[in-house]
Amino acid sequence: MLFGIHWDTSGTTLDFALSILPILLIGLKVTIEATIFGFVLALVLGLVLAILRSSRFRIVSWMAWFVIEFLRDTPLLVQLFFLFYVLPLYGVSLPALVIGIIGLGAQYSAYCAEVYRGGIEAIDRGQWEAAHALDLSRIMTYKDIILPQAIPRVIPALGTYLVAMIKDAPLLSAITVLDMMAASTIIGDQTYNYLVPLSIVGALFFISTLVASFLVHKLDRALPKTGIPMK
Amino acid sequence: MSVYDIFRTLLNGLQITIELTVLSTILGALFSFVFGVGKISRIRIFRFFSTAYVEIFRGTSLIVQLFWLYYALPLLGVSFNSFVIGTFALALNIGAYGAEVVRGALQTVPKGQGEASLALGFSPWQRLVRVLLPQAVPEMMPTFINLAIQNLKDSAIVSLISLTDLTYYANNLQNLTYDTLRIYTVTLFMYFFLALLMSWGLGMLERYLRRWKLQAR
Repeated sequence: MLFGIHWDTSGTTLDFALSILPILLIGLKVTIEATIFGFVLALVLGLVLAILRSSRFRIVSWMAWFVIEFLRDTPLLVQLFFLFYVLPLYGVSLPALVIGIIGLGAQYSAYCAEVYRGGIEAIDRGQWEAAHALDLSRIMTYKDIILPQAIPRVIPALGTYLVAMIKDAPLLSAITVLDMMAASTIIGDQTYNYLVPLSIVGALFFISTLVASFLVHKLDRALPKTGIPMK
Repeated sequence: MSVYDIFRTLLNGLQITIELTVLSTILGALFSFVFGVGKISRIRIFRFFSTAYVEIFRGTSLIVQLFWLYYALPLLGVSFNSFVIGTFALALNIGAYGAEVVRGALQTVPKGQGEASLALGFSPWQRLVRVLLPQAVPEMMPTFINLAIQNLKDSAIVSLISLTDLTYYANNLQNLTYDTLRIYTVTLFMYFFLALLMSWGLGMLERYLRRWKLQAR
């Protein structure tokens, strides 16, 4: 029994599969929640990193570079363990799911930062000069001129990372988050049948990534290519 | 325990991590070429099989694939030791991403060249190996390097099927000493330097392979 739902091991494989499906769907909800919140965090944090990376102060841009490279080049699983075991030592005790979201968000913020940077650098230098000539502050230039043009162009690349993040989300089961992956191994441990739950989980991931790719594609088509008018 | 002691203990796990990464990257590259070529092959069954492979392994999660091979495969009567399972899971996963890269790079070679080699009486194999691949390989290298580093990072999850890699040792050490901050910091830095080393080494390979492109012109 998991989430108050019993499984049926007396009938056929199909009966068993149907009886565990609701449990796995509850797990899928956790996986999707983790992905959505993690991705929002990655989008925000990534933008901050990208802007710091192109700072005029060399020390700031160097530090942002190091953070991006370090987050990108180390395994998500170890980052998750780090957060999971280290944060409580400093009195920060958060639910495992929140730690997982922070971990996902942190790693993907590094990927997003690189994507944003590509988008920002693709904007013509003359626009910066024009903004400077019009006496706009750096913040205003980013907010009103650069980002509205840069972001629509990078949506497809960011979308790829959203899809990738869905597939990384089951790693959260390693830090005790009760998601779809954890649910399937618990069912496997108790019924000695791993084949059915793991195959269903595989299928659910397949469907989730398909749906996500489709939505990203739709969003990309819906956005104006030249930029989002801010006012 | 000093940081040096932690580092020395973790070195035990480094071997498995490196072996696993190197083997699965090479095997994954092989899968990339076979199925990447398969995706644009004229033989329908090969094309169908390659497309199915790429879609399935890209659409599902690596950890699901790993657990499936580790827990579910024995129920079907097939079992391997966990090192083989880990290597194949990583290779199959990275191979599916690589196959798309190979396909993309092969398609950037101008169509006329394929037709020209056909006119010159090259066999399909000769056309692939002597005309298309030498020009396509340098194109793939940057993405391949990223995939190889991705593979190094992904290799950490084999610790979940109790392979004694770097992450496994880190977790064990954590359970023994609770010296959490230093253990995981050292572990992260070890992965970081491995990744830097890999991208440096593969960068040299990339520069070496670039000459194929010049030769082909």
